[in-house]
Amino acid sequence: MQHLIIGAGPAGVVAAETLRKCDPDCSIAIIGDEPEPPYSRMAIPYYLIDNIEESGTYLRDPRAHFASQNIEVVQQKVDAVDTAGKSVTLADGSSRAYDKLLIATGSNPISPPIPGLDLPQVHSCWTLEDSRNIIRLAQPGSNVVLIGAGFIGCIILEALVKRGVNLAVVEMGNRMVPRMLDDKAGGLLETWCKNEGIDVHTSCSVQSIADAGNGQVEVELSDGGKLSAALVITATGVKANTSLVEGTDIKLDQGILVNRRMQSSNPDVYAAGDVAQGVDFSTGNFEVQAIQPTATDHGRIAALNMAGRDDEHHGTLNMNVLDTVGLISCSFGLWMGVDGGDSTELYNPDEFQYINLQFDGNTLVGASAVGKTQHVGVLRGLIESKIDLANWKDRLMADPTAVMEAYLASTQELGYS
Amino acid sequence: MQKSLNIDPGKCTGCLQCEMACSYEHTGTFNPSRSYIKVFTFHHEGRFAPYTCTQCDEAWCMRACPVDAIGIDASTGAKVVYEDKCVGCKVCTIACPFGTINYSQATGKVVKCDLCGGDPQCAAACPTDAITYVDADWTGYDRMMASAAKSLPSAEANA
Repeated sequence: MQHLIIGAGPAGVVAAETLRKCDPDCSIAIIGDEPEPPYSRMAIPYYLIDNIEESGTYLRDPRAHFASQNIEVVQQKVDAVDTAGKSVTLADGSSRAYDKLLIATGSNPISPPIPGLDLPQVHSCWTLEDSRNIIRLAQPGSNVVLIGAGFIGCIILEALVKRGVNLAVVEMGNRMVPRMLDDKAGGLLETWCKNEGIDVHTSCSVQSIADAGNGQVEVELSDGGKLSAALVITATGVKANTSLVEGTDIKLDQGILVNRRMQSSNPDVYAAGDVAQGVDFSTGNFEVQAIQPTATDHGRIAALNMAGRDDEHHGTLNMNVLDTVGLISCSFGLWMGVDGGDSTELYNPDEFQYINLQFDGNTLVGASAVGKTQHVGVLRGLIESKIDLANWKDRLMADPTAVMEAYLASTQELGYS
Repeated sequence: MQKSLNIDPGKCTGCLQCEMACSYEHTGTFNPSRSYIKVFTFHHEGRFAPYTCTQCDEAWCMRACPVDAIGIDASTGAKVVYEDKCVGCKVCTIACPFGTINYSQATGKVVKCDLCGGDPQCAAACPTDAITYVDADWTGYDRMMASAAKSLPSAEANA
């Protein structure tokens, strides 16, 4: 059995390892087009901050890991996929046949429609190559403009602050991380960032970027303001990288549509991670979730099915954890709530503390928190196991911090009935 | 022989000596807020429940880690955090559905129970045998099955 995996991110690497566990004899190759060993974009903020060497971003120790598992890693760009002939063509002109193909090509940053985006001072923050450019241009005392205060924008704020730049952030939404946090939580992040000396512009967009000479650019804002910058970073979201299978028989929507076995409309082609549009646990809809835990879950389940096991996914739970210059926030599932559901919250803006729980009947379906680092995972546990909280809901409505107690009392034998 | 922590909440008096011992073993200070085992208090019932990582087979934390910073201690079976590799991204803290791997602001890394390399100090410190370190087979298969069925609906379907 020949398994080909296109994409050397977490979904691809976990899939390769899972295939090897299921079948000691099959052939497994991961094809990735970046020059580095398989690495994690999640680790880039810590690389920008000089906390780790570039090798600290590697998904696995590249010296021995892949060879010891007999997983071939090919550093080549894939030019074309032939689903009828079951082969892929590489940039060097060679081709490789497959029995099962996994597409784990991730996502690419979206380029906002702004004039001047092609100037050499403008970079996205997605690859190690981008990171090296940011490190080069983000010199102490220089002005930096970050376009987009979404997850990626927020997670690199601390690195930029620590590099000693003067930082301005421009976000189109009315708050920071609008797709992960509600008004109150997003508002806490904005206040926190302003206290850290960051110039935050929400409900604002960049109109144009123009060369201002001496290596500087001028950034024109929709509110009429103008910012001078030595570096502009675009972090305005990502889009599934489906280009390889466009025009083939594989059905696409926002990403590659996959069933609960991570199988595309072509039974020999699977997809996993940011490129896949699979079942969402909370809604049952097919959605792209560009997050690390979904990538590894997808990779594992795709591999089990590619190896002939019949394994159906119950759906991935959308969840995020974010460190914004030291203020930690997280959200899970339907954090914005459901129609007819109850919600409760504890909001203490002076201490930058917030927790919000969303119920559907007696079941927790969503949660978000700011300033909470202990036992946050249990929010996932409560949501994903759909525990009936009938006996605890009143207590949680009065004290939403008691989630761990609610979980323990509902799942453990506590020595009393 | 694989051993595991056996926690009997009915015997716990809430003395918190396990938290003291754990924090001292791992941080060199008596600081329950930095303990990896936590005693939860149920005021209404007058009960206590010590709780920490069960070293579960699923190892959600290990699977979610983007930089291979969580591995298995071959001698104890514990899932352990390699501090030199952990970048502090916290993905494991939302991936673990039991809430037992947590970010430490003091170290900038995540922390979890490592069974103290095979000599768990919480068990050694517990004066009432609410926490014991025993042959894994003796921790009560039926109890674990019942707990799993309650907490993970999918476990019932697969049973």
